[in-house]
Amino acid sequence: MKLRLPAIVRIGILVLLVVFLARPEWFEPVFRPLTQNNAPVIYNQGSLLNLTLLHLRTVAIATAGATIVAIALAILVTRPFGAEFLPLSRSLVNIGQTFPPVAVLALAVPAVGFGEKPTLIALFLYGLLPIFENALTGLTTLPPTVTDAARGVGMTGWQRLVKVELPLAMPVILAGIRLSVTINLATATIGSTVAAKTLGEVIIAGLQSNNLSFVLQGGLIVGVLAVMIYDGLSAMERFISRRMGLLQQG
Amino acid sequence: MRLDKLGVVIALIAGYAVAAAPFATFRANRIVAGEPQTLLAALPSWAGPTLLAVIAAAVLVGLFRTPSTLRLAASFAALAALLLLIGTAADHLTPPGNTYARVSPASGFWLLLFAFALLAADALTRLRPTPPLRILVLVLAGAFLGFVLFTGSWDRLSILKEYSARADSFWAEASKHVTLALGSLAAAVIVGIPLGVLCHRVQKLRAAVLNVLNIVQTIPSIALFGILIAPLGWIAAHVPGAADIGIKGIGMAPAFVALFLYSLLPVVANTVVGLAGVPVQANDAARGVGMTERQRLFRVEFPLAFPVILTGVRIVLVQNIGLATIAALIGGGGFGVFVFQGIGQTAMDLVLLGAVPTVLLAFAAAIILDAAVELSSPFHARTSA
Repeated sequence: MKLRLPAIVRIGILVLLVVFLARPEWFEPVFRPLTQNNAPVIYNQGSLLNLTLLHLRTVAIATAGATIVAIALAILVTRPFGAEFLPLSRSLVNIGQTFPPVAVLALAVPAVGFGEKPTLIALFLYGLLPIFENALTGLTTLPPTVTDAARGVGMTGWQRLVKVELPLAMPVILAGIRLSVTINLATATIGSTVAAKTLGEVIIAGLQSNNLSFVLQGGLIVGVLAVMIYDGLSAMERFISRRMGLLQQG
Repeated sequence: MRLDKLGVVIALIAGYAVAAAPFATFRANRIVAGEPQTLLAALPSWAGPTLLAVIAAAVLVGLFRTPSTLRLAASFAALAALLLLIGTAADHLTPPGNTYARVSPASGFWLLLFAFALLAADALTRLRPTPPLRILVLVLAGAFLGFVLFTGSWDRLSILKEYSARADSFWAEASKHVTLALGSLAAAVIVGIPLGVLCHRVQKLRAAVLNVLNIVQTIPSIALFGILIAPLGWIAAHVPGAADIGIKGIGMAPAFVALFLYSLLPVVANTVVGLAGVPVQANDAARGVGMTERQRLFRVEFPLAFPVILTGVRIVLVQNIGLATIAALIGGGGFGVFVFQGIGQTAMDLVLLGAVPTVLLAFAAAIILDAAVELSSPFHARTSA
């Protein structure tokens, strides 16, 4: 299921988000009715833009690490050498996904202490699962005619992997990465409860000081970011699948 | 005999856990830094070597190509020994009469638990137990856990000291957690299935509804909780009677609404997919024998689509049990209360008191509903034979 937003809506929301992050004070009248007793209207304990960038950086680092490790593991267990691990891998993915992300986050704290580290670990571990699952699906459901043909023309195992199997599995793997990013954006938000610098800070600060304006600002920025990124990645997947479709015909 | 590759991995993890990692941590009081204790130091003189022998035997069974039933038995024996003896370690390390001292499992214990859980998971995967058998294993594991808790073997462990300090609120939060997860699921099923049927019948509606639900699903939970506070607060203040039935800006109401919204997508999408998968011949036959639309829906379409719809319910339930933890941040209660309190007080045993029941609950829900999906699926008999 792909998300499709009209182009004009996409651009409008993106411009609004960028303007809000760069000049939040312009929006003060909009949020004014949500505050009481002259409480600050716009988040004032740090720059919203800076928090957004830190949030995105955390997600990017964790997802990049998870992608590399997950694809490597999926390749390993789908080769003859690692075939013994294949059934277990499938069960582990199922079991792992029943672990709530918050639990993973909270349990990483005793191991590494507060701050950025537990968040990165939780994001990495939790982000592994969807990518690994999809890479497994992609690499194990290739049409046998294609892999036989690759073998027939004398490709080595490595050539088959790089030139045939991975490119064919790419759309499914990308869908896994998109899922992983979506989950990680959400988990990173909760990461601020263990003192990571993310947008969750804005929401939590609002909840603690009973400032609805903060809560709504944080919630809207995170929500819009998540939807835009999901939408952007979906568009990229469509583009790549289309290009691959053309390559296959030509 | 040939070596088993997974067995090698398990032997390495177990070897490291026994030789280089602490088995338990002793702390003079709740929040000071702990002193790590090795396995032999943490256990009384009869128990240490016994546990080592059980671990060594289980590792050997895993290391060679042995029958899956033997591997399962060995891994369960090792897990049971670990779980029973961690309580013994707490008794052994706590000085008599000292009520401030805290003993908690340390990394070596968790690694051993992980290693043998891997062995058990692998053996279970290979044995492919039937759904009733899987439920039986779950019930037995639950009974074992209940037995250990009931006999008080873990009473001196730090996590149970946290529990006994707040036993009443633990059960209150537990019931809130379950109410949130199950209540929002029930609401989503009541609204989502008719909506799914409507989407199946009306092509134009389908794309729009699924698109909106997809966007909702993408919004991070805490953001959605936050966004809902304002409108619900407004409703409570301006709609007469709303506040009386418990609608408020913070608390359970926004958490319930958010979980309900998250639950809709899997329910509606799976209903649509399930109904679309009903064979054309079945529908034609139903029309041919003169069934009304209503009869066709309830006697043909729903029974055939049921396993797919149930899969949607499974996804929702596991997801909701996890997400309900976050409700604590907006005053909605649930096990998250202990997780976030624990994080705030840097009391990790309190975090565990919230996290462990959540994980167990989600895990049990997944096993039960997976079994139900498999039992209800008409292809079950053919594929598993």
